[in-house]
Amino acid sequence: MSGPLPATLGIPASTHSFVAGGDSTAQRPAAPGTHVTVRGLSKAFAGAPLYSGFNLDLPRGQIVSIFGPNGCGKSTLMNMIAGLMPMDTGEILFDGKSLRDTRIGYVFQNYRDALFPWLTARDNIAYPLRRSGMRETEVQARVAELVALFEIRFDLARYPYELSGGQMQTVCIMRALAPRPEVMFLDEPFSALDFEMTLFIREKLQEAQAATGVTMVIVSHDLEDAVFLADQILLLTRRPTRIAEIVPFRLPRPRTPESVADPEFVRVKAHTLEVFRREMKA
Amino acid sequence: MHALALKLSPRRLLPVLGPLLLLALWQLAISAQWVKPVLLPAPSETLAYLLQDFAGGAILPDLWATLGRTLSAFAIAVVIGVPLGVALGSSESAYRSVEFLIDFFRSTPSSALIPLFMLIFGITDLNKVAISSFGAMLIVLFNSAYGVMNAKKTRVMAAQIMGISKWHQFKDVLLMESLAQTFVGLRSAVSMALVIVIVAEMFIGSETGLGHRIIDAQQVFNVKSMYSSILVTGALGYALNLGFLLIEKQLIHWSGKA
Repeated sequence: MSGPLPATLGIPASTHSFVAGGDSTAQRPAAPGTHVTVRGLSKAFAGAPLYSGFNLDLPRGQIVSIFGPNGCGKSTLMNMIAGLMPMDTGEILFDGKSLRDTRIGYVFQNYRDALFPWLTARDNIAYPLRRSGMRETEVQARVAELVALFEIRFDLARYPYELSGGQMQTVCIMRALAPRPEVMFLDEPFSALDFEMTLFIREKLQEAQAATGVTMVIVSHDLEDAVFLADQILLLTRRPTRIAEIVPFRLPRPRTPESVADPEFVRVKAHTLEVFRREMKA
Repeated sequence: MHALALKLSPRRLLPVLGPLLLLALWQLAISAQWVKPVLLPAPSETLAYLLQDFAGGAILPDLWATLGRTLSAFAIAVVIGVPLGVALGSSESAYRSVEFLIDFFRSTPSSALIPLFMLIFGITDLNKVAISSFGAMLIVLFNSAYGVMNAKKTRVMAAQIMGISKWHQFKDVLLMESLAQTFVGLRSAVSMALVIVIVAEMFIGSETGLGHRIIDAQQVFNVKSMYSSILVTGALGYALNLGFLLIEKQLIHWSGKA
């Protein structure tokens, strides 16, 4: 790949002990501004270790994209943090609290299977609020707030199966944001969307993040998507998975579709690709 | 003019084509003397007999008796089968432990169990309802259990992530998820209930019911009565199925779409 590359080029992944490191213990203190800490995480599938003594700090109020070779366990890592999948050993804390005491949101890749088809779009968004015992007037106010934030123009009285894919995924994101989560996880949120909808959802996610300050974690298999939204790109190695590098991306927001032509975007994307290719060969 | 054209457009008449062809074939078989009229009366005579049966009300007590038994059997099947199926479906290990029994009795034609049920319930009305509800219940149970077991994992996970309680995950998600499959079961079950009721009315000493009417007419060679009763039985089965299909479309509006 051509283009300006950062100074880190060519340094072996193992010397990058940003967060991960073989000698770091589970007691290693978190960096300032950390929201989520992962310590000593281990996970094996059928005896083959996927993660072993894995440590990670996720910064508060930022968007972190997880990117890496196929089968390195991007989604597995996120699902263990979100509590959807058990870990073998390790500890994950949100501001020092356990998951049980933390409000999280999750956006699934398959929006069709994630929404409740027996509820209208509006009731889907309101569902977690109603179940948390919120008063109906407050529920309606919160939904109205989200409708304004996302500039919804389609009819929310319709059922999910009457909406387009992009509209369904928008409803999923609104539902995940409704209870004002502290951390929001997105598992390949764009992979089933056409380009137009991808642009729309990218924009809305940025706006929602700016408006709420929620910490976001996105798993993506598309390099451009991974870089575009991120404050940090977490690059993983092949299994047994370690952190290859954490690439900061500080292009000011809001980023627009034109941002992909920005030299900084091009540079970060090229560097990320470089690390990715190195890890693929490793 | 426009409305008339729409009403008579060939596409809308297509569903009538099959029955008309069957009636024509039936008439042809009589006219060409392929079948003796003593075995098969002409369609016009059969339909005339049918109308007269309804006009005179002769068939009505039998129709109500069969409908009553079928619906009672179905109701019992639902009351037992749905909760039991949902309970078994929510615990995979519980279902696996009784799966063989369910599959075995589901594969056994319920009519084969008629003698067994006669030993238990005697030659009573209760017997007909009991065996019919047994056969229908297995279908309801099986479908409800599978409805719960095949619930979309993503939806359950979505509720779990929201911090929804286990009970509400069950009530709001699993139960709703199972409804589409449960309704498939209900529709098959009501058909099965009718089949067994008719068979039971034929062979378990009976004073009323369409099954009784059919076998009685056959014994005295009253073929017009026999065929008209068969037609009414078919129409009843069709109407029950159609009714459930319409209820399903209203209630489970997402069925097949999500």
